[in-house]
Amino acid sequence: MNIDWEIVRESIPLLAEGLVVTLQISAVSAVLGLILGVILGLGALSRSRLIRWLVLAYVDFIRGTPLLIQIFLVFFALPMIGIRFDEFWAGVIALSLNAAAFVAEVVRGGVGSIERGQTEASMAIGMRHRQILVHILLPQAYRQMVPPLTNELISLVKNSSLLSVISVYEITRAGQAIISVNFVPFEIYTLLALYYYVLIKAISWLSARIERKLPAW
Amino acid sequence: MPVIRVEDLRKSFGENCVLRGVSIDVAAGETVVIIGASGSGKTTLLRCLNRLEEPSGGAVWLDGTSVGGSLAEGSGVWRPASEKQAAAQRSQFGFVFQRFNLFPHLTARDNVAIGPEKVRGMSRAEARALADIELTKVHLGQHADKRPAQLSGGQQQRVAIARALAMKPRVMLFDEPTSALDPELVQEVLDVMKELAQGGMTMVVVTHEMSFARDAADRVIYMEDGVIAEEGPPTQLFGSPQTEGARRFLRHLSHD
Ligand SMILES: Nc1ncnc2c1ncn2[C@@H]1O[C@H](COP(=O)(O)OP(=O)(O)OP(=O)(O)O)[C@@H](O)[C@H]1O
Ligand SMILES: [Mg+2]
Repeated sequence: MNIDWEIVRESIPLLAEGLVVTLQISAVSAVLGLILGVILGLGALSRSRLIRWLVLAYVDFIRGTPLLIQIFLVFFALPMIGIRFDEFWAGVIALSLNAAAFVAEVVRGGVGSIERGQTEASMAIGMRHRQILVHILLPQAYRQMVPPLTNELISLVKNSSLLSVISVYEITRAGQAIISVNFVPFEIYTLLALYYYVLIKAISWLSARIERKLPAW
Repeated sequence: MPVIRVEDLRKSFGENCVLRGVSIDVAAGETVVIIGASGSGKTTLLRCLNRLEEPSGGAVWLDGTSVGGSLAEGSGVWRPASEKQAAAQRSQFGFVFQRFNLFPHLTARDNVAIGPEKVRGMSRAEARALADIELTKVHLGQHADKRPAQLSGGQQQRVAIARALAMKPRVMLFDEPTSALDPELVQEVLDVMKELAQGGMTMVVVTHEMSFARDAADRVIYMEDGVIAEEGPPTQLFGSPQTEGARRFLRHLSHD
């Protein structure tokens, strides 16, 4: 096999530009997804049956449909009802909406795993549902939520490659552009795999550090 | 007027009838000890008082006010309390759990202060000052900055007592507060409870610590299969139990 080292050398900085976009998309989507996901997760723990049902229906929809379809829905269907975004923001919104559903499940599971006695002790001193969530259950759940949230972040980074289908110029799209001109798929896809791999390793490492920093008792 | 009046209290879990009509009056300053075999419904009774468990029937009154809801004037329809009312009423009962259930992420001081701050609306500084006073009462003034994991079982249970006391409850409910403790740690908790009883606190205590019942109880209640089988002053109930059930139970207890 002949590896075109010249192309490889030229592609590294071109892909790095795409990587910046991937990082931007992932970061913005992660933050939005986290905020929305925590809100949804609290909704899933609400005392209102209606709110719980709405959140569960949303999570069910997201889990039951392919992300690719969700991206197309945001990108093509929303403009038909007058909501229009450029590719970047359509991509960010699709990824955020998707991540939020999984974050909601992590929040619900994390809070649900705290011993029943904690809730009872809080009730016994007269605390109300919301106070118990905010002051007793969530603070105890943070730490154990870090690993599953990291998994979600990693999925999100990988999933951002799907945005190439709506022409967001993230790293996968950047690679495809090089391939279409030079036809060097092996070199480029290998490079792409390396870029993603290093990025995801970095996230895992950071997450482990954060987890260790969070207070344990 | 009794502090607590329990009238024909009933509780079933599905088919399982756990309380079959329990009636008790507890007067202000009185200490009532409840004993009985495992499964006789002691824990369930306490939990129905402060509504950690919703009773299936009967009524509980605190200072003459119906707990957990009220009967509508005229129609007699039961209207359950709102979450807010239920929480407010629950804060009038101090509850001490067998397994302490301290908040592991908070220091002893904050375990005690969180109720006064979040429920009673005190400022943080006031609540923490109150917490230090309550911790001193249970002889833990020196340990206010420690988290539960840094305290012994006996110390943890005393923090739990301080946490309940900080709410200034009308009555303290104890569910086997020393049965999860190593034997050498039991006495320090019982001592604190005796001091409370002598200080005039109204208390309902599920315990099999005979020494506590003898020294501090005004009345002992023996429960069997979800009813009160026998009750009386400790000397009478321990000295000459009238029912076969109580005799057998006390015999077993003294053999352990
Ligand atoms: N949440 C629940 N759901 C179903 N059954 C329950 C529940 N809580 C208690 N029970 C049942 O009620 C009965 C009485 O339980 P309870 O805990 O009140 O007894 P107890 O007198 O406190 O016993 P112990 O001395 O073992 O603590 C038991 O048969 C128990 O299985
Ligand atoms: Mg019990």
